[in-house]
Amino acid sequence: MSRADVTPAGVYHRAVVYGLFLILLLPLAGTLLYSLATSWSATILPEGLTLKWYLALWSDERFLRAFGQSLVVCFGALALSTVLILPLMFVVHYHFPRLDGLMNILILLPFAVPPVVSSVGLLQLYGSGPLAMVGTPWILIGCYFTVALPFMYRAIANNLQAINLRDLMDAAHLLGASTWQAALLVVLPNLRKGLMVSLFLSFSFLFGEFVFANLLVGSRYETLQVYLNNMRNSSGHFNSALVISYFFFVLVFTWAANRLNKDKP
Amino acid sequence: MKHSRSKWLALLWLLPFAVVFGLFQIAPLVWVATHSLEAVDGWGLGNFREVFDSPFYLQAIKHSLQIAFWSSLIGIVVALLGSYSLRRVDSRLRDFVMAFSTMTSNFAGVPLAFAFIILLGFNGALTLILKQSGLIEDFNLYSKAGLIVLYTYFQIPLGVLLLYPAFDALREDWRESAALLGANHWQFWRHIGLPVLTPALLGTFVILLANALGAYATVYALTTGNFNVLPIRIAAMVAGDIFLDPNMASALAMVLVGLMLVITAAHQWLLRRSYHVAR
Repeated sequence: MSRADVTPAGVYHRAVVYGLFLILLLPLAGTLLYSLATSWSATILPEGLTLKWYLALWSDERFLRAFGQSLVVCFGALALSTVLILPLMFVVHYHFPRLDGLMNILILLPFAVPPVVSSVGLLQLYGSGPLAMVGTPWILIGCYFTVALPFMYRAIANNLQAINLRDLMDAAHLLGASTWQAALLVVLPNLRKGLMVSLFLSFSFLFGEFVFANLLVGSRYETLQVYLNNMRNSSGHFNSALVISYFFFVLVFTWAANRLNKDKP
Repeated sequence: MKHSRSKWLALLWLLPFAVVFGLFQIAPLVWVATHSLEAVDGWGLGNFREVFDSPFYLQAIKHSLQIAFWSSLIGIVVALLGSYSLRRVDSRLRDFVMAFSTMTSNFAGVPLAFAFIILLGFNGALTLILKQSGLIEDFNLYSKAGLIVLYTYFQIPLGVLLLYPAFDALREDWRESAALLGANHWQFWRHIGLPVLTPALLGTFVILLANALGAYATVYALTTGNFNVLPIRIAAMVAGDIFLDPNMASALAMVLVGLMLVITAAHQWLLRRSYHVAR
């Protein structure tokens, strides 16, 4: 222990940090304990420990289907985002840098307009007619693209600034590459890290998206969050096992993003 | 010549993006904005008049604002104390708690509501401990106070995430200079620390407010839509099973968007003022 740690100020700061950690940990720790408890009601500690809730959960077909459908929607949305955003970023930053200002305003919209507001219009526009998408995974993929857009745009824009796009393109052109070749073979590999980090992070919050999923699709294509909400009346232990399993999955993805972010390129 | 043509061809690449963004972001917003003006008695502000005449809708707005304000305020104070202390502990503890905080920022919505029912519900472990130790008489998670506690929980990690980098602006030698010139701890914070951090604090507070105002999943999962806040009211009129009124929902939705805009405008104004004072 260094000298700074035993001064009154050092002790105070450590105490605050541990306090913060404890506040953030408490709901998770409580849920974890509940998911492992045989029975726990009206007492401070559970009566015994068991893994039966996890076994019940992971052998429930409806859960596995919801899990798979969540993955389909999230990966679909991330694939769509990548295909739409990467060419956009390249064209904006290489050919029309002025458009970056406009883009920075557009990507504020998903923040300023909460999903519950968008849902009102989406339900009316795509409930029937030529684009009847309500109740299908397609509408979720489209909406999740707008949710992921601000994060992906910012992360990739930062990455683009760091690699000095113009010099890189000029160098590639001098060596005889076409703009196409330069973009695909020179710029894209350099954006891999920024792209991967933003994909991992986007996944971890898209996986937990509930508003669009519940209002636009609901039980017609049940995702994990909607399933969790629909199971509200089943055993609390079962639900806890579900929450912990879900959080574990998110944790792995956030951790991967964190690791990737720290690695020196 | 060839170069400029390829440049304009490149614009075609923006087309798919524009179509999808238009379909899923712009079109719904335009629909909501126009239909909010379509009342039973024709086009006009009829829906908005009804919102501001109805005690029920006004209560939803009031609850939303109260919960957003208090959860943001408590959240930002905890995040401020936490981020400052995080800067002053050894890097191993700091990295660990920062990583954990980032992870818990994804712990919101339905799972968070369930976790809180287990801990702080009527028979929750924490409720029992606090009751037995005589610290509280009773605690109702499904009330306004309960919701403020719940919202505060998901505001803290976001606050830490946004405030932590802001401490970069506070240089260590300023503290030493201030101490040399005879300033004590409080004087340093009153005259140097807080003014330097003000823009970051305001910005973070605005994001927390917007975050709480728009939150739907947590309160819906906790109270099955029985607590009267704006997002719940809006959703009930387009996806509920009692009565549907998309035009009225649009008007309420525009009130929510309006609140967001007012908050953002107030933020810009305060920001300019704080710079002015600093100069």
